Amino acid sequence: METLKEKKTEAKKPTSKKISGAEAIIHCLLAEGVDLIYGYPGGAIMPVYDELYKFQDKLTHILTRHEQGATHAAQGYARVSGRVGVAIATSGPGATNLVTGLADAQIDSTPMVCITGQVPRHLLGSDAFQETDIIGISTPVTKWNHQITKASEIPEVMAKAFYIAKSGRPGPVLIDITKNAQFDELDFVYEKCTGVRSYNPVPKPDMKAIEAAAELINIAKKPYIVWGQGIILGQAEKELTALIEKAGIPAAWTIMGESAIPTSHPLNVGMVGMHGNYGPNVLTNECDLLLAIGMRFDDRVTGSLDTYAKQAKVVHFEIDPAEINKNVTADVAVLGDSKETLALLLPLINENNHEAWHNEFKKKYQIEFDQVIKNDIHPTKEGLTMGEVIEEINIASKNKAVIVTDVGQHQMVACRYAKFEDSKSNITSGGLGTMGFALPAAIGAKMGAMDREVVAIIGDGGYQMTIQELGVIFQHQVPVKIVVLNNDHLGMVRQWQELFFERRYASTVMTNPDFVKIAEGYHIEAKRVSERKDLKATIQEMIASDKPYFLEVKVEKEDNVFPMIPSGASVSDIRLK
Amino acid sequence: MKKQWFTISVYSENNVGLLNRISGIFLKRHINIESLNVSKSEIDNVSKFTIVVNTTEDWVRNIVGQIEKQIEVIKAFYHTDDETIYQESALFKIASNLLFDERQIQNIIKDSNSQIVTVARDFFVLAKSGRRSEIDEMHEQFKPFGIMQFVRSGRIAVTKDEMKISAILKEFQNS
Repeated sequence: METLKEKKTEAKKPTSKKISGAEAIIHCLLAEGVDLIYGYPGGAIMPVYDELYKFQDKLTHILTRHEQGATHAAQGYARVSGRVGVAIATSGPGATNLVTGLADAQIDSTPMVCITGQVPRHLLGSDAFQETDIIGISTPVTKWNHQITKASEIPEVMAKAFYIAKSGRPGPVLIDITKNAQFDELDFVYEKCTGVRSYNPVPKPDMKAIEAAAELINIAKKPYIVWGQGIILGQAEKELTALIEKAGIPAAWTIMGESAIPTSHPLNVGMVGMHGNYGPNVLTNECDLLLAIGMRFDDRVTGSLDTYAKQAKVVHFEIDPAEINKNVTADVAVLGDSKETLALLLPLINENNHEAWHNEFKKKYQIEFDQVIKNDIHPTKEGLTMGEVIEEINIASKNKAVIVTDVGQHQMVACRYAKFEDSKSNITSGGLGTMGFALPAAIGAKMGAMDREVVAIIGDGGYQMTIQELGVIFQHQVPVKIVVLNNDHLGMVRQWQELFFERRYASTVMTNPDFVKIAEGYHIEAKRVSERKDLKATIQEMIASDKPYFLEVKVEKEDNVFPMIPSGASVSDIRLK
Repeated sequence: MKKQWFTISVYSENNVGLLNRISGIFLKRHINIESLNVSKSEIDNVSKFTIVVNTTEDWVRNIVGQIEKQIEVIKAFYHTDDETIYQESALFKIASNLLFDERQIQNIIKDSNSQIVTVARDFFVLAKSGRRSEIDEMHEQFKPFGIMQFVRSGRIAVTKDEMKISAILKEFQNS
């Protein structure tokens, strides 16, 4: 680490004492305010586990049943609490099992520090037992990674790891620590990292850009906001609400931005993207000003870029300079932290009211309601729909629950129909689309917000990818509510096969086990609902329970999620059926 | 948008693994690196990557943004050929007897403006710095006589205009 120089700080150096590298790692975690980590032990990380044993009154370690589960739990914890999630694993397969969670945290900008054990320094490169080049493997899916081979490097590198993970656009950091560095002693001094000279996490706001943005907002006839997770990560919910209300601008969210503003806010017009709402998608191509705030124009949001908002001026509020003009060219780019830039923008904005334009959204909503929503949440057919289950959860939880979703049809339905009053309430795998995310992420979310109701909504496919984490829920009695929407299919892939592959259902039909019995095997209270008449009462019972609860809902096998922008089509060509 | 040659200059910390991180950015986008050179820069303890790619300006801007985002990268720039002074270096190892047997060899050495680095009993080594085309031309000329070994370096380049990094780097030097 000689070369990665920290900016000098004036703070006095604490006095040092000699301890092992493994113990130093614990002190680093405690100094960073960490009191909960997820992980799985193994040979190369055993010295650290030995210290975890000694420090168990200060630092809780949750043994997940797979290292992937540790990363998703850390992510769920981070996303709900805004703190850095920590996962720990051994070398080799322990480390490689972290990769999916790292990639998920990287693409969804989740602050996470992963610590891996590594074979001793003298065995590096010898193909030793459980040696793998996790630095090489994790490089493309981490914000930063570093291998520690000397105990003396631990405090400085760990401080940097936390600083880098949480500052600017957050992301995952992996620190690989050779076993000798865990055993060897060092003079322990911990100083929090306050800056890295080659890294500028938050660009300074440029008033000229902000003034240019304000001017465009003030003259726009049909302004439209699409916000993303940047609002939640920047804790700019109040500033965004103030902007929307002052300028009277209809605002929609990406899947990662959901819950930043209450669903019930009159100017919250819904979700953009492939399965988003009708109005927010088609009106993207009718607005005269598109304000993109803390979002990155993912292809699932934009559809075909050639036909995306071409008529509009685009103002992009963004913390990461690399996102500017990456997918959509901005007429004005406002770099910086959204909380700061929006606060600077607000006084420059004229009070306004775009009622006629807002009514366009209402009209489109009515079309979507009549053709899609009504049948989803108030179905008249016999089979249960995913939408009505979500609606019952809204009612039972009074829109106050944290909803954790996996990936697929149930995810789109949950994000479409879940109602939120509080920010940081929608935890999902947005960018990576990681099946298996929800169950462990829900564990982390509950532990990160013990006072909140946490409901995991999962499909029968994704559930079986990390189903072993029921063991954690049982062992620690984590009072999460697990709802499996079982259609006995990999529903989203099946939907694509139906629509685009002439119903050739290749490997999307699932013969499922008795999920209730499996949950009961873990001594988790479990129910199955197959008929509408039992749905409301069972969901009420589930939400009322203060214990872990598993609910399987047998839903219609071959329902499709609409609206839908076919892959590569224009947002204007969104299909309602 | 048409493809053209760009020279990417990356000022960075000298850190294990950074080369992997930077090359991964090209790999992820399926873009071939035409040449790569890593050296010290005009600033103490600051490394400089010089990377040559043939791509569109949209892509090179995107790539430079991604490179600059890496924690240990201080600043990255891209320039067209017109905006830089650039060279490559090559070594030719050739059998010594050709020097005496083939009159043409001496003409090539003279005309190419190359230097004889060493002469041994069995071989001599020529060094040539210049544009890719000049080195290629020299290679073509030697080829009929037989080249024992040949190697060419990546491009190194300086820009005609000032690198806007100077102020940032000065701050580092003083810190």
